[in-house]
Amino acid sequence: MAEMIIKNGVVYDPKNGIDGEKNEICIKDGKIVENVGAGAKIVDAEGCVVMAGGVDGHTHCAGKINTGRIMSPHDMRYAPIPGLSGEEPRTKLLRPQVGYNTPNTYAIGYRYSKLGYTSIAEAAITPMMARHMHEEFEEIPILDKLGLVLMGSNWQVMQYIQDKDPEKLKAYMAWLLLASRGYGVKIVNPGGGSSWTWGKNVSGLDDKVVDFDVTPADILIGLAEANEALNLPHSIHVHCNNLGVPGNISTTLDTMKLLEKVKTKRDRQVMHVTHVQFNAYTGTSWMDFASGAQDVADYINKRDHLTFDMGQLMFGPAMTMTADGPTEYRNARMFDAKWSNYDQELEDAGGVVPLNYTSQHFAHATMWSIGLELALLVKDPWKVMFTTDNPNGGAFVNYPEGQALLMSDKKRQEVIAGFPDMTMDRISLPNIDRELDWGEIATMTRAMSAKMLGLEEKGHLGVGADADVAIYNIQPDKVDPSVEHEKIKKALSFAKYTIKGGEIVVRDGEITATPKGKVYWVNAYENGITPAEKDRLMTDLEERFKKYYSIQLSNYMVEDAYLPRPVEIRPEVI
Amino acid sequence: MPVIKDVVCTLCGCLCDDLEVTVEDNKITKVGKACKLGRAKTMGPFLHERIEKPMIRDNGELKECSYDEAITKAAEILVAAKRPISYGWCSTSCEAIEKAIMLAEETGSLIDSTANVCHGPSALAAQEKGAPTCSLGTPKNYADLVIFWGCNPVHAHPRHQTRYSTMAKGAFTPNGKKDRKMVVVDPRNTDTAKKADLLLQLKPGTDYVLIEALRAIVNGHEDVLPDEIAGLPKAKVLEFAEMCKAAKFGALYFGMGITQTRGRYKSGDNVASLISDLNQITKFVMIGMRGHYNVTGFGQVAAWETGFPMAIDFSRGYPYYNPGETGTNDVLMRREVDAFITGAADPGAHFPQESIKHLFNIPVIQIDGYANPTTEFSDVVIPAAIAGVECDGTAYRMDCQPIRLKKLVETTFKTDEEILTEIIAKVRELKGAEGAKGGA
Repeated sequence: MAEMIIKNGVVYDPKNGIDGEKNEICIKDGKIVENVGAGAKIVDAEGCVVMAGGVDGHTHCAGKINTGRIMSPHDMRYAPIPGLSGEEPRTKLLRPQVGYNTPNTYAIGYRYSKLGYTSIAEAAITPMMARHMHEEFEEIPILDKLGLVLMGSNWQVMQYIQDKDPEKLKAYMAWLLLASRGYGVKIVNPGGGSSWTWGKNVSGLDDKVVDFDVTPADILIGLAEANEALNLPHSIHVHCNNLGVPGNISTTLDTMKLLEKVKTKRDRQVMHVTHVQFNAYTGTSWMDFASGAQDVADYINKRDHLTFDMGQLMFGPAMTMTADGPTEYRNARMFDAKWSNYDQELEDAGGVVPLNYTSQHFAHATMWSIGLELALLVKDPWKVMFTTDNPNGGAFVNYPEGQALLMSDKKRQEVIAGFPDMTMDRISLPNIDRELDWGEIATMTRAMSAKMLGLEEKGHLGVGADADVAIYNIQPDKVDPSVEHEKIKKALSFAKYTIKGGEIVVRDGEITATPKGKVYWVNAYENGITPAEKDRLMTDLEERFKKYYSIQLSNYMVEDAYLPRPVEIRPEVI
Repeated sequence: MPVIKDVVCTLCGCLCDDLEVTVEDNKITKVGKACKLGRAKTMGPFLHERIEKPMIRDNGELKECSYDEAITKAAEILVAAKRPISYGWCSTSCEAIEKAIMLAEETGSLIDSTANVCHGPSALAAQEKGAPTCSLGTPKNYADLVIFWGCNPVHAHPRHQTRYSTMAKGAFTPNGKKDRKMVVVDPRNTDTAKKADLLLQLKPGTDYVLIEALRAIVNGHEDVLPDEIAGLPKAKVLEFAEMCKAAKFGALYFGMGITQTRGRYKSGDNVASLISDLNQITKFVMIGMRGHYNVTGFGQVAAWETGFPMAIDFSRGYPYYNPGETGTNDVLMRREVDAFITGAADPGAHFPQESIKHLFNIPVIQIDGYANPTTEFSDVVIPAAIAGVECDGTAYRMDCQPIRLKKLVETTFKTDEEILTEIIAKVRELKGAEGAKGGA
């Protein structure tokens, strides 16, 4: 297969300790290799920054997003960012593209690639709906994909935790990953999903879940310990209780503290806390609501058992979508917005609601500040993933804006200057002058996210890594990100080159090839669970399906036909 | 005798997946557990006459030809057309729907589904107010109140009530019907209505008024209501509203009586508002009773591929959507389209006369397993395998639950997916040739 060598670029590869060195990157058979022959194709990265392809470890890109599309035909024509949004006709190479917050599948693949991203993780799918996720995955070109499977309100999960039967819980979790061809364990508002089927919710870690003798704390610990017993590549991935509620910082900190006691054999966190911006609020109501970023950051700076992502808010229209059903109903009633809801029998809840964030509202301005504060106040970039919780906080095509903001205090102050006065005593961002450098940005957008997910061949440029590379048109010694915001944003929006699996897919910000990506999934069932445990589980499954599900057990599991290019990961049994 | 278990029925949006099908010598001889409609559909290939051969109309007569000839003719018609439209695709697999969309893209065509004359207004309602809904198994386990509004499941979705709703037994409804109340809102005393605990036989076309009245009551404004509402005494409407408020989990299933009655999508939009209001008091959801087994799948596939669930116009190169302008019957009545391709649907039996008249004047391509009224005016007829019987694929239940269809018997017919793939290849070939001509 063709060989390639990337020359003259300034390389940022945090995992391998490379921080802005002029290195050559050699590629063969879709992998990074030591060296290549004289005939290798030369990619000249003179005057450019070279990084591994971006890894988005938390995005809503397949499944629930389709409800968002159906609700928002106006979004298809919305084009605030030329080249990365709105309508684009088909070409000889490309399928047509539409949309901004809820673009069609082709636009998702092309536009992430233009940003230099090459892998994405769908953040929330119920096992029963996993087939739908895989159908959309197949139509998202170029990118590698994986899906996180909702388990935090699942009847059987809660039953086994209530029964104190960790072995059966383990077997069931492994079976759910197999059945959904999923990658990791997602927990959204633990216990709240099943309570929402009665129109109720849980209000904190020690609240009893309706119909079960368990609490959100029991669910978190039960799933986290089983996750580690299965030795899964990713930790539990947690959306805390009380999202979007003033004063929720206490629940968030309690959740973080709760997980201190969980141990892992892997070199990673035991919990990833997602979109923390939405969970770092002090106060008792929207009137005295303020940023709790400092307290969250102080805690995270002292501890090493967790990672988090920002959930940065971007001004303008957004489409919120989450398994947190009660939160979406509250959003819809609060803003008189249209409301979609989906209660998934035995598994979880969900909702989709469009919102509009404006810099002229103190609450939104405060939320915008909190996301940035979190990323800037936490000292170690290996604990922080850059996200907007796409498209909850904003569409992923705004990532360059968010990343450039992290690099420029001046630009942040300009934005803050336009905020309503009511914002100022609620935020600490005006006093934070930290500006991230390229190494830190590379960490938060690829190195950390790949490590956090346990994707060993992603997020770095060492020998053996996948040849997923992003090359941006920036001379780091000539361009000063702290004053040249627009230049940085433009360079990050339209990669000079994006290379996926050793093939050039973007050149000068335009798509040049559209290979199909792979889908990663974790099989901990085949060699992780004993035959006796499997039998014990099957008896339960047969009964559950017969009595409660609306689909037959034999029709439940995602068939191989839905993963034409699978990457099956079998964790080592411990 | 080989019995295939857990077969997915491909008749209605219930997509029952527990059928037991006996196959002997590549023939289906018995279908267990299905309703009458489902049994007839599943056994269809062995009960009904098929379109045996591809056909092209010549001097007014359909004459048999080869697949290649029919596919070439279809491609020629589509390439020659200035404004073609593709319609139907709701009784076939998602894999075929993907190809139909790709063909529409390739030919700069419009593409629309049977929702145009069915639940299309439900999608418009979701665009106005959202869709507070759930999986079919949720009411099975939770609902103590089910409402059928403008639909008649006894005849249209025969197993709905036993599998998913009125009689279904579940976790919090162990006694099935005894654990819940059933209400029907319909101008007719239907066979579903005959079993109802409460029937609201409203005046035809007054659904919107009744929904509005319920909202007024739920929001505490019953005093503003007149003594008679939608032809019903106020007391009866109050009784219904009280039942809704008293329910622990209510599920409102709606059909054409909401979507195709006076007010159309505004009625659906108001149902969504009523559901939102009721959730201030208790838990309530709404579910559209989708007819064709995979009409939901068309909406899903079209949404992720084009951004829109129906009425999509590719003439600009990118998907453009404006139902009322780009719906099938909109363009047919305006006599705007000059070629028509349909698959797995029967516009001939279901469209208004004005639309049919135009179909008589333009070339029509039909892809289907069976002859139907549309065949009578089709110019190219291409026989297809029956999805879920003769080939596998994906379908989405009325609640958006995707299920894998099974292949039960072998066939020599090409599948919809294969036929469309070959038409796409032919179209590309013809367009390529034209391009070369233009260049010379």
